[in-house]
Amino acid sequence: MTTALLSLAPIVIPLAAAGLALIWGWTRVTSWGNVAASLAVLASGVGLAGQVAHPVFSVGHLLRADTLTAVMLIVIGGVGTLATWSSIDYIGAELAEGATTAAGARQYATLVPLFLAAMSLAVLADNLGVIWTAIEATTVATAFLVGHRRTRQSLEATWKYVIVCSFGITVAFLGTVVIYLASIHAGAPASSALNLDVLAAHAGRFDPALTRLAVGFLFVGFGAKAGLVPFHTWIADAHSQAPGPVSALMSGVLLSVAFSILLRLRVISDLALGDGYMRVMFLTVGLATLLVAVSLLVGQRDLKRLLAYSSIEQMGLLAVASASPNRLASAGVLLLIAAHGMAKAVLFLTAGQLQHAHHSSLIADIRGLLARSRLLGTTFAVGLIGLLGLPPFGLFAAEIAIARGMAADELAVPLGAAALLLAVGFIAVTRHGTGMLLGSSQRDAPALAVSRTAAVPLLAGMVALTALGVVGGPVSHLFTTAAAAVGGR
Amino acid sequence: MSASAYLSGVNLVAGGLLVLTVAVVWRRDLAAMIRLLALQGLFLGAIPVLAGVYHRDAQLVVVGVAVAALRAGLFPRLLRARLRGEPAEDREAAPLVTTTASLLAAAALIIVAYVVAAPVVRLGPDGPARAAPVGFAMVFIGIFLLVTRRKALSQVIGLLILDNGIDAVAFVAAAGVPVIVELGVSLDVLLGVLVLGVLAGRMHAKFGGTDLDELRELHE
Repeated sequence: MTTALLSLAPIVIPLAAAGLALIWGWTRVTSWGNVAASLAVLASGVGLAGQVAHPVFSVGHLLRADTLTAVMLIVIGGVGTLATWSSIDYIGAELAEGATTAAGARQYATLVPLFLAAMSLAVLADNLGVIWTAIEATTVATAFLVGHRRTRQSLEATWKYVIVCSFGITVAFLGTVVIYLASIHAGAPASSALNLDVLAAHAGRFDPALTRLAVGFLFVGFGAKAGLVPFHTWIADAHSQAPGPVSALMSGVLLSVAFSILLRLRVISDLALGDGYMRVMFLTVGLATLLVAVSLLVGQRDLKRLLAYSSIEQMGLLAVASASPNRLASAGVLLLIAAHGMAKAVLFLTAGQLQHAHHSSLIADIRGLLARSRLLGTTFAVGLIGLLGLPPFGLFAAEIAIARGMAADELAVPLGAAALLLAVGFIAVTRHGTGMLLGSSQRDAPALAVSRTAAVPLLAGMVALTALGVVGGPVSHLFTTAAAAVGGR
Repeated sequence: MSASAYLSGVNLVAGGLLVLTVAVVWRRDLAAMIRLLALQGLFLGAIPVLAGVYHRDAQLVVVGVAVAALRAGLFPRLLRARLRGEPAEDREAAPLVTTTASLLAAAALIIVAYVVAAPVVRLGPDGPARAAPVGFAMVFIGIFLLVTRRKALSQVIGLLILDNGIDAVAFVAAAGVPVIVELGVSLDVLLGVLVLGVLAGRMHAKFGGTDLDELRELHE
């Protein structure tokens, strides 16, 4: 019973918050209601973590919660809390300056919790078709969030975002239809043939040629939403044009929610076709994604685009690591998802503040942060160190786990290639980052004043990011059991 | 209805779908493309109706009618409403490649579709699944339209043909996907079309047209 409530809450409560915002517009109550809805998602994830050592079904067989679901809900809720909290300052400032209207603020307050509900549904749904619907719903919900600022550039970014993601997700639907055919021809009942467990139970009898086709389409389709090559192009445009809190949500969680579906797919594909098929896809696409991302990090001139390409880089690393289905590497993948989500949230929220103060997001315009603002300098530095994978942060432990897991699976060559690319990315981000933190600022650099409503979520994110790295024990247990849920052996 | 009548019915409809798809490639006039798309929606809805009559399954007939209403009625209506806002010079698809080259590409894509769809056809070589390559051909031609047409509306048309193709595969090979999935998918596609329509309107207001070559400020 409690699991049923905990599974429903992350979908229903954000939907309720969206409904309130639609009726009342942007008010004190509805804006805090969105924060409360995010906290509810977080609390459900924490609550579920202790109860779902085995998958638990609710609402018929519509929803299914396991440890991977719990981890993803914690990431959605955690980053969601930071994003909705700092939205109060963001929209408040925009309304005060006349940069947005009451209608624009209402739209923002409605779409953000809808976005959260769609992501929760994507990690909770049992039916691959419903998962597909939820992922496509995230595109619909975020379209006008990316285009919130209504400039020429944001319109351009929105169009490219919606077209590329709709296209990618449509390809995934073709994969869904083909795997449905494989499932019913392997004897699964038509009404439940797309349920994850039914797919896994019948995977041994799937027609191999049909399954290869289906997995290929699903990989490309959901990979597009996860920012993998060749459909990574929307990310830098959308992330750089969206408001800071929305970028934090898209980069910190949306990409990894889409990626978690590839992990679900891996379980089914490995049962039907053996490890080899998806391993080859993960390795080639992952390394190509890393290569593209790193090469664009080096000469980057815009802070938000820099952060976006770093997200693509991390998704590439996730893909390379997912080639290794053992438990250690899988746990590393999940820890990476959580640590990267938190670090990116802190960085995008800081970047939003910096962009607002400088009226620019060019790296060359934003110098000497540590000397100019103790708060923003610190959050930017901590977020950056967390992102670069230095100890004591979670990304460090995750990368070590991935390296050991891949080495155990005799994937040393791709591991070496990935490490080399990551090293180049590390140098590029460090060079840009130190310039921004320590470089000498222009004489007319604007004052960096941060309101209290903006400062608290930034600090909270920084504390959570650090805690995730320092507190080992209970958290690492969750990640290891979650790794087993995605087939980690 | 006899089995052979059902099969020839499906084959006839599938042939019609393919002809309509190629005709979209051939036309440049957006209004004509929308008319062809509407007709395609009607043909698509006919497949589950035929299956419903043959299997005496009322639910399939309802699904077919709903699909036709959405894809032959609502979507074309929305696109036409958008088109009325465009000035005359924006009512052509502005292809990047000539019509002849486009038709040759479509022919090549149809051959590719037959190769790719082979595992699906093998599931029921004597049944309606034989028509599955047509669905795949629509998918590939939809993608081709998406990348080679440079007007906002023509990209939406490409996306819808892609989507019709997937539905065609589902209908001929498995009498459609479970109703909850079909419902979710249709709702998402509808919302997607609405969002793209609003964006095309905003683009029109900001850029004075919906030529996608205007979208070139964001790049590396």
